[in-house]
Amino acid sequence: MSPTDPPTGPPGDVFAAPLHDGAPLLRVDGLRKSFGDNQVLKSIDLSVDRGDVVALIGPSGSGKTTVLRCLNGLEVPDGGTVDVAGELHLDFASPLSRKQVAALRDRSAMVFQHYHLFPHMTVLQNVIEGPVQVQRRHREEVVTEAEALLARVGLADKRDSHPAELSGGQQQRVGIVRALALRPQLLLFDEPTSALDPELVGDVLTVIKELADEGWTMLIVTHELAFAREVADQVVFMDEGYVVERGDPSVVLREPREERTRQFVRRLLSPF
Amino acid sequence: MNIDWHLVGTSLWPIVRGGLLGTIPLTLASFVAGLLIALVVALMRISGRAPLSAVARVYISVIRGTPLLVQLFVIFYGLPSVGVTLSPWPSAIIAFSLNVGGYAAEVIRAAILSVPKGQWEAAHTIGMSRRQALRRIILPQAARVSVPPLSNTFISLVKDTSLASLILVAELFRKAQEVAAFSQEFMVLYLEAAAVYWVFCLFLSAGQNLVEERLDRYVAH
Repeated sequence: MSPTDPPTGPPGDVFAAPLHDGAPLLRVDGLRKSFGDNQVLKSIDLSVDRGDVVALIGPSGSGKTTVLRCLNGLEVPDGGTVDVAGELHLDFASPLSRKQVAALRDRSAMVFQHYHLFPHMTVLQNVIEGPVQVQRRHREEVVTEAEALLARVGLADKRDSHPAELSGGQQQRVGIVRALALRPQLLLFDEPTSALDPELVGDVLTVIKELADEGWTMLIVTHELAFAREVADQVVFMDEGYVVERGDPSVVLREPREERTRQFVRRLLSPF
Repeated sequence: MNIDWHLVGTSLWPIVRGGLLGTIPLTLASFVAGLLIALVVALMRISGRAPLSAVARVYISVIRGTPLLVQLFVIFYGLPSVGVTLSPWPSAIIAFSLNVGGYAAEVIRAAILSVPKGQWEAAHTIGMSRRQALRRIILPQAARVSVPPLSNTFISLVKDTSLASLILVAELFRKAQEVAAFSQEFMVLYLEAAAVYWVFCLFLSAGQNLVEERLDRYVAH
């Protein structure tokens, strides 16, 4: 940390009490991450209760995606702690072992903005690759489960297609199924609809909403404020590497306390 | 110029036979061994470990910066003076595979780097180690990208194996030389050898197209 950094979060950051009673599934404290001289995450605190949906919003460059990537072990934070389900506790002050990174990945699954399906595999192969090759589960059992998941998102008939033969919306639904098949405790969505044509966004959001209704715990980086308002239990507004405001969507998105949140919400809701 | 068609006819089989029993096995063996070397060298190059990467870089630089003929002569005529005497065939296979290894390593390295970073990340996010990600996700995609440039390497190798005639390997060109020395019809026999090489390479190019078409089905466009 350079001496110019403020010792704590920005003014006005109130660590919100859990909105539901359940124990937090995910607890992040003081997460920091720099890329060279660029300090992307200055000090991030998060708490996600089991079964809750948390929407991470904020201007581009505010560090939302970096938070997700840190939680999935795709970036190594410079500092801070992450606690998952009270079972896995990581302190990034010292370098993580490979085993610890693997344990962190094991708890969560990521859905990418640009899907990142494996182009040389069929839809089914994409979905079963992790469970069969990494988790070493029985192939037949995994295939049965994968087929059921594909059917749920309306893609049963695309089982043997290759990703290149699918629309963006279909590819993203496969991306979601690939994540679900890993049976994670926490689903991470990185702007899951930002790369989609507008008419395909609805299908993907519907799937995510159904997962929320089923009680999946999810952390979603999104620009879809209307969706966040409808689905999220908690909205977290980030700016310049800090959490500026958090709370119930009806509060954060309708009557934000912080000026920066107000400006951001106003800009997104009426861009002209 | 009078073409001695009878000579063309009677010499054709020995030359083609030299191709089938010399050129083609020599090419295949050297290419397969060369690809294995290239894969190892490419992985060393991108390993992120300075010593490994440096060794790979020096190897590639030496192979690409020295003539193949010189490499061949060092192994066949040079090594005996330090106590290592190899027969023509092993010498040729070693020289050609080391040579292919140097060139193909750069092709494979570029192909691996051409696979989008998101593929590595998706592999990691489903829990794969670096090794698993390489084997299951990255290399299959890199393979498709490297087919056209590796086909060029392969076709070059078919022709480069004619250099083995200089270390007494009984391959296509050496057979043509033998008949030419006997009949003194150099023009006819060397053109005939050229024609046989060309036909071989036509077949190989057709094979390359087939492989590319097949692999194309699995790639995003």
